[in-house]
Amino acid sequence: MIGLGAVYALAGLVFAAFAVLSAFDRDNPKRLGNAGFWGLMALSFLAGDRLGDAGNGALVVGLALIAGLGLLGRGNPDTTTPAERRALAERFGERLFIPALTLPVVVIVGVLALKPITIGGTPLLDPKQVTLVSLALAAVIAAGLGVILLRQPLISPLQEGRRLMDTVGWAALLPQFLAALGAVFALAGVGKAVGDLVTANLPMDTRAAAVAVYCLGMAGFTMIMGNAFAAFPVLTAGVALPVLVGRYGGDPAVICAIGMLSGFCGTLMTPLAANFNLVPPALLELPDRHAVIKAQIPTALPMLIANMVLMYVLAFR
Amino acid sequence: MLILLGVAVVVVGFAARFNPLLVVVAAAFVTGLAAHLSPLMVLAAFGKAFNDNRYVSAALLVYPMVGVVERAGLQERARSLIGRFKGVSIGPLLIGYMLFRQVTSALGLTSIAGQVQAIRPIVAPMAEGAVEARDGAITEAARHRIRAQAAATDNIALFFGEDIFLAIGSILLMVGFLASGGIVLDPIQLSVWSIPSAVAAFAIHAARLLLFDRRLRREAKA
Repeated sequence: MIGLGAVYALAGLVFAAFAVLSAFDRDNPKRLGNAGFWGLMALSFLAGDRLGDAGNGALVVGLALIAGLGLLGRGNPDTTTPAERRALAERFGERLFIPALTLPVVVIVGVLALKPITIGGTPLLDPKQVTLVSLALAAVIAAGLGVILLRQPLISPLQEGRRLMDTVGWAALLPQFLAALGAVFALAGVGKAVGDLVTANLPMDTRAAAVAVYCLGMAGFTMIMGNAFAAFPVLTAGVALPVLVGRYGGDPAVICAIGMLSGFCGTLMTPLAANFNLVPPALLELPDRHAVIKAQIPTALPMLIANMVLMYVLAFR
Repeated sequence: MLILLGVAVVVVGFAARFNPLLVVVAAAFVTGLAAHLSPLMVLAAFGKAFNDNRYVSAALLVYPMVGVVERAGLQERARSLIGRFKGVSIGPLLIGYMLFRQVTSALGLTSIAGQVQAIRPIVAPMAEGAVEARDGAITEAARHRIRAQAAATDNIALFFGEDIFLAIGSILLMVGFLASGGIVLDPIQLSVWSIPSAVAAFAIHAARLLLFDRRLRREAKA
């Protein structure tokens, strides 16, 4: 059965290759920092389950120190110049889109066609991880196709992957760091403390006020915690079920569905949702780390109001 | 209340622009210590959670493919391709992408597009190309705004599309949570009630994209 283990092993080998290529990159004055950073990631993906909890903790602190002390540089692998790229773009034409479009096709095939396949009673792909396994498979196939179809050097997936990785830098790991922080928050009961604060101090003596408290609470709490999933249980147990459903007789399906989407409005406005809001500016080489959040706020705020109106109108028919 | 100090560390640390990885580690220790855990226990809890969440970073496997096609000129091609369709300006282009992304997400196909595999190599260069084809050379500041708007469009379409799909994580979380509270709901009910917000999000962001388009046009004339 192909599952998360295989995906982690593949990712570990790719990170290991980034580390080795970084170590020999003489154009990067901080090459040892990069090698150490990606080397630790390789160790985590290849052997994380054997390091023990404290060992993994030390590894994470190591990653944070390398990034925080400014030891990460930008690698400079051999690549094509902008002029060469324009010429290649003319030569290859629409063929260039094939690898990029192969990726979604293979993901869909994996999810729809490979999922039901079993060999001797065990499924070919781990049913719980079909999407991630398919994505990894698609990434390998699409990269290989790119090398063959576009006649790129065999090493180019690793070198160009490293270039992109270095462009994004530490921000690429921030989502995983924040997910781990969420677990520590949960352990310490941070969610409950914030929930108590909201429910104890806000007025909910009219239906409209209760709708506003729930929707704004979902958005605000999501901004603090970085994702709506952490906010949902706290505010739904604290506000939605006792007040909106219990006291005012609202439809729980409408209230929960729109409540979650109010949380998503918060996700659009917080740097803690790093993979959506902080990785893209790095990826697009924008000088302002918060440029994407700023572009989203004028949609997120009207959407929050729209959600409150929709909940008020639709939940109490 | 002391355990909320960790939240304060995050807010202040991010606002003061310290390195976010360090801020996160500091927040974990402050929170854990405030909850009367020993430093070693915090280290272990944080390490275990990091290890358990490796799947979050496994999506980085897409980078090599994107790098290879960029090396062969994909961004340049996407940019010049859009220039040949003279009538397509950036507003309708990004609205079209938003519709595609919302509909495919609603069908559960959330990982077929995204920031790494679609926005950086294809959609953002196309958006820039559409403006360049119409207005000529653009300033760096305008280029950055166009890119940010392309990235924002992907996020908004994804967030307000995915909850229409029955088996997405957030729907399953809601069903499970409500069941534990004695309220039994079919996932389809939650999916259906996500549709009005999805329509509203499309309308609001589409209007903003058209205004953005018009503002760029006005700036180019000025």
